[in-house]
This record gives sequence, C-alpha cells and structure tokens, in this order.
Amino acid sequence: MATDTLTNHDAHAHDGHEHHDAGAMKVFGFWIYLMSDLVIFGSLFATFGVLGTATAGGPTSQEIFELPFVLVETFLLLVSSFTFGLAVLAQNAGDRGAVLKWLAVTFLLGFGFVAMEVYEFHHLIAQGHGPDRSAFLSAFFTLVGTHGLHVTFGLIWIATMFIQISRRGLDSVTKPRMLCLSLFWHFLDIVWICVFSFVYLFGAM
Amino acid sequence: MFGKLSLDSIPYHEPIIMVTATVIGIVGALVVGLITYYRKWGYLWRDWITSIDHKKIGIMYFLVALVMLVRGFADAIMMRTQQAIAAGGAEGYLPPHHYDQIFTAHGVIMIFFVAMPMVIGLMNLVVPLQIGARDVAFPFMNNVSFWLFAAGVILVNISLVVGEFAKTGWLAYAPLSELQYSPDVGVDYWIWSLQISGIGTTLTGINFFVTILKMRTKGMTLFRMPIFTWTALCTNVLIILSFPILTATIALLTLDRYLGMHFFTNDMGGSQMMYVNLIWAWGHPEVYILILPAFGVFSEVISTFTKKRLFGYKTMVWATVAITFLSFIVWLHHFFTMGAGANVNAFFGITTMIIAIPTGVKIFNWLFTMYRGRLEFTTPVLWTIGFIITFTLGGMTGVMLAVPGANFVLHNSLFVIAHFHNVIIGGVVFGMLAGFTYWFPKAFGFTLSEKWGKRSFWCWLVGFYMAFMPLYALSFFGAMRRMQSYEQTEWQPLMIVAWVGAVIIALGIACIVIQLVVSIRDREKNRDVTGDPWDARTLEWSTSSPPPNYNFAHLPEVHSIDSYWEMKQQPGGFKRELSTHFEDVHMPKNTNEGPILGLFSLIFGFALVWHIWWLVAVGAIGMFVTFMVRIHNDDVDYHIPAAEVEKTEREYHKRLEMQA
Repeated sequence: MATDTLTNHDAHAHDGHEHHDAGAMKVFGFWIYLMSDLVIFGSLFATFGVLGTATAGGPTSQEIFELPFVLVETFLLLVSSFTFGLAVLAQNAGDRGAVLKWLAVTFLLGFGFVAMEVYEFHHLIAQGHGPDRSAFLSAFFTLVGTHGLHVTFGLIWIATMFIQISRRGLDSVTKPRMLCLSLFWHFLDIVWICVFSFVYLFGAM
Repeated sequence: MFGKLSLDSIPYHEPIIMVTATVIGIVGALVVGLITYYRKWGYLWRDWITSIDHKKIGIMYFLVALVMLVRGFADAIMMRTQQAIAAGGAEGYLPPHHYDQIFTAHGVIMIFFVAMPMVIGLMNLVVPLQIGARDVAFPFMNNVSFWLFAAGVILVNISLVVGEFAKTGWLAYAPLSELQYSPDVGVDYWIWSLQISGIGTTLTGINFFVTILKMRTKGMTLFRMPIFTWTALCTNVLIILSFPILTATIALLTLDRYLGMHFFTNDMGGSQMMYVNLIWAWGHPEVYILILPAFGVFSEVISTFTKKRLFGYKTMVWATVAITFLSFIVWLHHFFTMGAGANVNAFFGITTMIIAIPTGVKIFNWLFTMYRGRLEFTTPVLWTIGFIITFTLGGMTGVMLAVPGANFVLHNSLFVIAHFHNVIIGGVVFGMLAGFTYWFPKAFGFTLSEKWGKRSFWCWLVGFYMAFMPLYALSFFGAMRRMQSYEQTEWQPLMIVAWVGAVIIALGIACIVIQLVVSIRDREKNRDVTGDPWDARTLEWSTSSPPPNYNFAHLPEVHSIDSYWEMKQQPGGFKRELSTHFEDVHMPKNTNEGPILGLFSLIFGFALVWHIWWLVAVGAIGMFVTFMVRIHNDDVDYHIPAAEVEKTEREYHKRLEMQA
C-alpha cells in the first residue's frame, strides 16, 4: 500500500522505461530489511521461549512484571502509531505543517515509551533483578531492550526527518524516507504487541 | 587509557608470528611505497575505494578473497605439517594454544573472508549485467557493504599480531567461548570481525534481492533469468533470512562476555544447546549461500561450452528453490549426538537426505546438457567436470553422515573434515575458480592463460584427493578432528600423504598467481575486443569488455531464455550496430562516506575487543556522523551526457571494426 501511494505521487520517470522509480525501490528494499530485522526478533523470542523459565533461583516473571505500568507503555506506543499514520495522511495531502506537527506528537509519545522502559529497567536493576541475575532476566532484558533500542533509533530518525522536512519540505527525497520511517514505526508496534502478549501477559499469568 | 591493550599483547616470543608479521609488514610497505612512488593514491581513492560501480566492487571483493585464500591456506598447510610430525609422543612445532588458534582462523577465514567474498564478488560483477541493469538497487549501500566486510578482514588480520585469535573452533561453541573458559581477547576478535562483516553481508543480500526483483530489463521475466541470477536470488533470500540469526547469536554471546549475562553460561540457567541450535540455524543455510551460486556458475559454463541450452532449465530453477527451502530444516544434523531424541534425529536425518534429491536433479541436468553437446575442454569446463565427480562423492559422504546412527560414530572425526572439504573445495572453490576464469575477460577485456589455468586445475584436483581421501580412511581408525598431536604412529604415513596433497594444492594456488601474472603480461595478445570471447548466451556478453560504467547504452530487450544467444541466431546474426540516437544516462555518484563508515566501524570493533571505551565512542559517533552527512547530501547522482555515451560507444565500434 505504501508503495502504491508513492508511485502515484512521484511521477518523475522522465526518461521512459530506462529509469527505475528510485523511491518505490527504496520502500521495497526497506520492507525486505524489516523482514530480516524480524528474524533477529524471532531469534530473541525463541531464546526467551527457551530461557523464560530458567530463573536460577532468582525472581520469576510473576514476581516482577507490573501489568498496569506496561499497559500504559503499550498505549503510548499504539497511539504513537496512530499519530504517525496521521503524519503520513498529512504528507499525502501535501500539508507540511501538519506533517511536522504529527511527527512532533509521535516523538513525544515514543519518548514517553522509552522513558517508561528505562524507568522499568532501572527499577529492576536497583532491586537486584538485573540481566546478570539469571538466564530468564538476560533473555527478558535483551528482547525488550532490543525493541527499546529500535524505538530509540526511531526517535533519532523522527528528529532527523523533522529537521529535513522543515528545511526542504516534502520532496522526492523526504517522502520515501517518511514512508520507510512509517513502516519502521508500525513494525515496532507489531513487535511490541508480541512482546506484550508473549512476555508480559503470559509471564504475569 | 588503552583498556586491556598493552605492549605485552604482541607475541614477541612466537617466532612464526613475528616472521609472518615482518613479511606482511615488508610487503605492505612495498605496496604503499609503490603506490606513493607512482602517485596512484588519488586514482585508487577516486576509481576504486569510493567507487559505487558494481563491477569494481566485485573485483575488489574477489581480490581480497584471493589474498585471504593465501592467508587461510598458510594456516592449512601449517596444520597438515603439524599432524604429519606430531605422532607417537612427538609434539611437533605448534603448541596447542597456537594450533587451536590456527584451526579456528583457518575455518573463519576460508568461509567468511574467502568463500563469501568470492560469491559476493561474482554476484556483484555478473548479476546486474545478466539482468540488463546499469547498477544495483542501492549503489551506496553496496559500497558500504564492501567496506564493512573489509573492516572485518582487517580486524581478523590484526589479531595475528596484536593479541590472539579465538581458540574455540570456527563457530566458537559456548560455553568454551564464554569468559570463564576464554578470558582472552581471541573470542572478542572473532565476535567483532564476524559481526561487522556479517552486517555488510545482510545489506548485500537485501541489495541484490531488490536488484534482481526490481531492475530486470524489459522482457526479462523471472523464468527468463539466467541460472546464475536465479541462484544468486536464492542465495540472497538465504542471506536475508539467516544472517540476522548470526547477528542475534553473536550479540547474545557478546552480552554474556561483556555484560555478564547468562544465555550460554554453565550456571544461572544458561543453555549451551541454545547456542548450538542458533548458530547452526544460520550455519546450515550458510553452506547453501556458498554452494548455490557455484551451481549457477557451472550451469552457465556448461551450456556456454556445449553450445546448448541448459537441459531442464525449469527443473534447475525448482531444484534451486527446493534446496533454498530445505536448507532451513536440516540444521540439527550438525549435532545429532546432542541427545535431542530418536524422533527428532530421524526427522532431521530424513530432511537432510531429501536435499540429495534436488541436488541429484542438478547433476543430471548438467550431464544431459553435456550429452551430445560439442564440449570444449576449456579451463572452466575442467573445473566443472572436476566438480561433478568430486561433489557427487562429497554428497554421498554427506548422506552417510545424515544417518543418525552412523553419525554417532563419525561425529567430530576426520570424516567430517574430509566430507565438508570434499563439498566446499570440490563445490564452492572449483565453482568460484571456474567463474573467475569464465568472467575474467568480462571484467578486464582479456582472457586468462589457458595453460596455467589447466595446470592450476590439475594441481587442485590431484592435491585435493591426496589431501582428503586419507582423512576418510584415518577417521575409520578413530582419528578425531582438531588434534594437535596423537599417539598412534600407524596413522602417520597417511598424514604424510595428506601433507603432500596440501603441497600440491599450494602449487595450484601458485599456478593461479602465475596465471594472473602471465595473462596480464600478454594482455594485448589475449585481448578480447568483441566482449564475447566464448560465444556465450547471456546478456553480460552483449556489451563490451570491460563494460562502460553505464553497462548498456540502450537497455536490451529480452524475448527468451539465453536471450543473447537467440539474438545471435536470428537471420543475419547479431550485429553490434552503432545506434544513431543516444540519451543521457542517469548514474549514481561515487561516495566518500562508504569507506569512512568502514574505517569507523573498524575503530569501533578494535576498541571493543580491547575494552578501550573512549575509542568505542569515537567509532560509534564517527559512524553516526558519517551516516548523517550522507543522508543530508543531495549530490548523489548525475547524468552522463548523451554526447559522452555516444563517444564511448563510437570508440568501442572503432575497435570492433579494426579487429574485423
């Protein structure tokens, strides 16, 4: 779908069949990158699946997960996905101001998510439940932390796009990048839903 | 200030290492001196280091691979020499801690820094030309991939002199590779050289996957693609799906070693079986990443030199696809003895044996292509025939290993070593050297010496059989892999035979070097002006050699498999006529950011190995800033004016006419 949007709007194939639509190709390539990234998450999920009960006398998941806290985190990220969608709609409408506005909102929500996760990690480590306590905690911190690291990169990317779009507007360079970022952001949302379900929900039950 | 790094990290007391380092230093200084003397630094930087031209990147990959082949082979012959001596209480000349580093480095180098760059180098050179494209989908990323790979190569070579390399075997099995048992920097060198170059490989996979799917010229449907491109496509699928597993696995080992986590440790709930599963979930697809493009090369070579269309094109494609799929469900056969249970072992034993079916289909396709063909015995054909026989043998010993019951006896013995060298040398190395001889004239515009090519082939073939057949026999007497010394003097004669085999392979490598020197000396005599020295069948041969940087002045249109051959068969034949109308060609510009990114990744990796945290920050920030500079740089492409294209094409046609 994202690719279609791009091909419709980017009619710069000026020299006929000898020119490939670079923007659409970028978005396609980014899809493929996301699939390979998904394999990394898949490996980490599998590792968590194997080591999730290897608590080595340390705390179990029931003892340390606080679902209401994680639910707030989850909603921050879900809403940020929605606001990013609004940014893309604004881009399709060619409204630069609105794009910047929704990017800013998305950034704040994403920042809130990361901040809460850092707090959670800090809290656990302060209690002596750090990643070096047991294989279960190693797998937990690594899986959730890898996602958090991705979100942090997403935040840096959002900030970069904010600067680029405010400097040069919506053009053939920034538009495909926005679409890639949008894919990235929604992708992290989907991964988080899996983290929330398989790590937190199953773990707390 | 310098973390764990001090002057004591350099092994002064190891004469072998010091002599090697001195030789490398002298040769390196000589090369640098010559480049400076001839004032070639600017040329190197402009035309090669910063180049985004897929052909040049391909050549650089292959060149690095050949250099590393010598390094990896030096390790090999040292091991063979040690085992030829160290029998019946003799300790040989390599102490265990050094011997262990050598077999680790040999495996790592041969797979990651010889076989992989050969495969990726050929893909770079050939695939865009075969599909009638002017470049790859993401040319900048292609340059970055190369420099990340180069950073890995440099890191692995630094470990020779500064510190040490891993003593764990090429896959660094945990818990041996954990801090508790490997407290030195060897495993860290292993981690960071593979992590950095592995990310480069993943980017290459994405790049070529998109290139093949999105940039094929008009009329080239998937089922009109040359077989080499098909195998490259499947290899890239494997890279995209398996290399991230390697990235994740190495990252987990890194966390264990650097942050005291417990993924694979003996205590606190760690699971070593998890490591073995993860590493082979990457490792098995990896061997198909290497062999599939070799299959592609043989297919091209056989149909070109028999002057026949490949027998069973479609079955060849589907066999490749089937292997691609199956390669993901056989990984457990690498550790039947781990004790997963009879049913699990049976499942993986059977899936492994099933792979022999599509592979057999391929073998018969090649044989039937040759049948009643007019086979020319050129060097690439010799490599191909040598491959068919050798690889079939290696495949059969593979099926033997796939029987879980037999595997319990053969596991960790020299049988395994003999088997995988049988398929990797007989398959990947023969394939890549066939491809090297076959496409060399495309890259440089002159053919390689047939005489020295054939000598190289015979040395490799005879050397291979002498070096590895004794190992099969020895394994039945109980000889294990990775032995620094052994008690049984009755094994020694066969070990000496194996050593002689390795020496003959050394002659084969020497022949390749001589072949290059002789061919470059006689390049005017061996000049190929047409761009099609073999009367070949696919599009890369329809343009000049070496192709202009835009590859095709007009993108070709394809109507069938072996489209260039079809063009040549039309009444009146294929004429390289000069077009009257030229257009501007849109091309990407060279990049400074690629090599700079690679340099910072090298600094980053080196600093992490030695725990020099401020330097880690320098590397990380350097990479980030370079990347930011790149994405804010709009000046990334340009148009070659039609007049310039016309001039290049006219010169080519003038050369053609002069020859005619």
